[in-house]
Amino acid sequence: MKTPKNLGLGVVFNNPNAVLELTLPQWSVLISQARAAGMLARLGLLLQEAGLLAKIPPQPLVHIQSALTFSQRFDLSLQWELQCIETALADVNIPIIYLKGSAYSVAGDRAASGRLFSDVDILVPEDKLLAVETALVHAGWMSQTFDPYDQTYYRQWMHEIPPMRHLQRHTSIDVHHNILPKTCQYSPDARQLLAHIVKVPGKDCWVLASEDRLLHSAAHLFYGGEFERGFRDLSDIDLLLKEFSAQEGFWDKLLQHAATLKLDYALYYALRYTHLMFKTPIPEAIFVAAAQNISLGKPMAKCLDALFLNALQPHHSSCHNRWTQLALLLLFIRSHWLKMPFHLLAVHLFTKGLRRIKGEDNH
Amino acid sequence: MRLYGAFELVGDDEFIDFYIAIKAPNILRRFLRPQAVFSFDDYVPFKPLPYSHASAFFEWGLNWCIASQSQQYLIIHAAVVEKNGRAFIFPGTPGSGKSTLCAALTCRGWRLLSDEMTLISLADGLAYPAPRPVSLKNQSLDIIGHFAPEAVIASIVHDTSKGTVGHLRPPDLSVASAAIPALPAKVIFPTYRQQAATELVALPKARAFMKTAENCFNYNILGSQGFNCLGRLCDGVDFYDFTYSNLDEAISLFAELAG
Repeated sequence: MKTPKNLGLGVVFNNPNAVLELTLPQWSVLISQARAAGMLARLGLLLQEAGLLAKIPPQPLVHIQSALTFSQRFDLSLQWELQCIETALADVNIPIIYLKGSAYSVAGDRAASGRLFSDVDILVPEDKLLAVETALVHAGWMSQTFDPYDQTYYRQWMHEIPPMRHLQRHTSIDVHHNILPKTCQYSPDARQLLAHIVKVPGKDCWVLASEDRLLHSAAHLFYGGEFERGFRDLSDIDLLLKEFSAQEGFWDKLLQHAATLKLDYALYYALRYTHLMFKTPIPEAIFVAAAQNISLGKPMAKCLDALFLNALQPHHSSCHNRWTQLALLLLFIRSHWLKMPFHLLAVHLFTKGLRRIKGEDNH
Repeated sequence: MRLYGAFELVGDDEFIDFYIAIKAPNILRRFLRPQAVFSFDDYVPFKPLPYSHASAFFEWGLNWCIASQSQQYLIIHAAVVEKNGRAFIFPGTPGSGKSTLCAALTCRGWRLLSDEMTLISLADGLAYPAPRPVSLKNQSLDIIGHFAPEAVIASIVHDTSKGTVGHLRPPDLSVASAAIPALPAKVIFPTYRQQAATELVALPKARAFMKTAENCFNYNILGSQGFNCLGRLCDGVDFYDFTYSNLDEAISLFAELAG
């Protein structure tokens, strides 16, 4: 069987009308790419908005519609899950602040469109962690690891406590007190995030300020080492930027918040790579200002381009080249490098390695 | 090939629903305790299995793809066969004997739609075929071997999580008519019990509705669409509980029901 000439998902997201030219084998690859990237429902919504669904051949259409049905059900289940969380935490007397996917959903952001995920993330003040964790346990959530080393690792160094899972619904919640690990040199002051939270109109919950939602998404993508959903995450940033740029004074506030939160680099990468891959409209002055706030030598910038532009493609063999695995590996190492200082990292990796050999660690 | 001989290969200009691969995890594993890894769109949903389970793994994996990615159907965990244009649906938990019954019926000229998943279209309420080799477990292998000595049973694997598993080649005609849906006529809940007399008991519809819903893979995902689809199915079919031990009696009874 011949491999059809590949029309990447990126091309379709820049120009939905391109699907009108696709042959059936090209559709096969596109659907497969979109599924692998976790973007099939979002692709469906994009084509729906562009009025193209009626022009799609029936074979790919059933897959798109199937994903749309699933995504509708997901949104409904998510609402129910969030309600359960709000009930469980009602007595703790803190604002319930959702992060990432759940935040996009309650805030009605376009980045919620067709987005599936497995954990609900919330942000709480660090001194309320114990109260929140206790309330969740009383309502049926339980820590997913009982391993003393993992428990200590999370609580001492990370920005969240170990993930908790509900005993009956099997849903997961990540309770955060910050958006990057304590040990990361770019970890912001969480009080700055809490100072700008926004109440969701008509609901009993909060989200980070628009600028901070965007910066969190950028920090997560460009400081984290996992790119399986990288294309989807970059698409989130693209959708957030397009949506928020209509807000009065958004760009200036974005630069300010990035400086306060020590996330200038994350912002620069977010602007650069959304613009390169999704043609996100970004005012020239903002781009120049963001670039001035960081110092990145030319060779380093070239190197990062090569790595990110590779790693951010859909996680699918048709989008990979011979360098992709290397790029992913280097970015994974980079993320650990950024996550904690070398002496901590060395001790952590040594302990993990030793435990794996002894068979105590199954992560 | 013995199992899949009747299937056509995908042409160069056709659409492919699922990209599936079964591979060795790495070069070392090709020689040392060989394993098979199942991947779907380059994603690996399951842990590797011993290499000898590869053929069964392919069938299970493909079932999983269909069951998890086809929300255009209400998917009932049930075997489905057809005679005279009337589809008989046999829901059942593993061990209820649905696959054995399904295999026996197809060996006697019924058309196989599926031994595992009944796909009821939300659009038209018809059962859509996905004919593939029929999975037979443990004693069923012997039972069908005796019942239809001419049947092709291949890829027998021992010590899987389901015990000994083999697959029965689907009738060529069933494979050739894979594009033709059938109108559901009966939903029959089978129970195989040794020495049991053949007994068919009509079920009230409300009870049967719930019993069928419990056997659906995606009833909860489809929400009101699933409820309406199942309601429409209930309006059009008769429901029965069925206990049996003698396959010949079972088959002549169903032939009568099919008219």
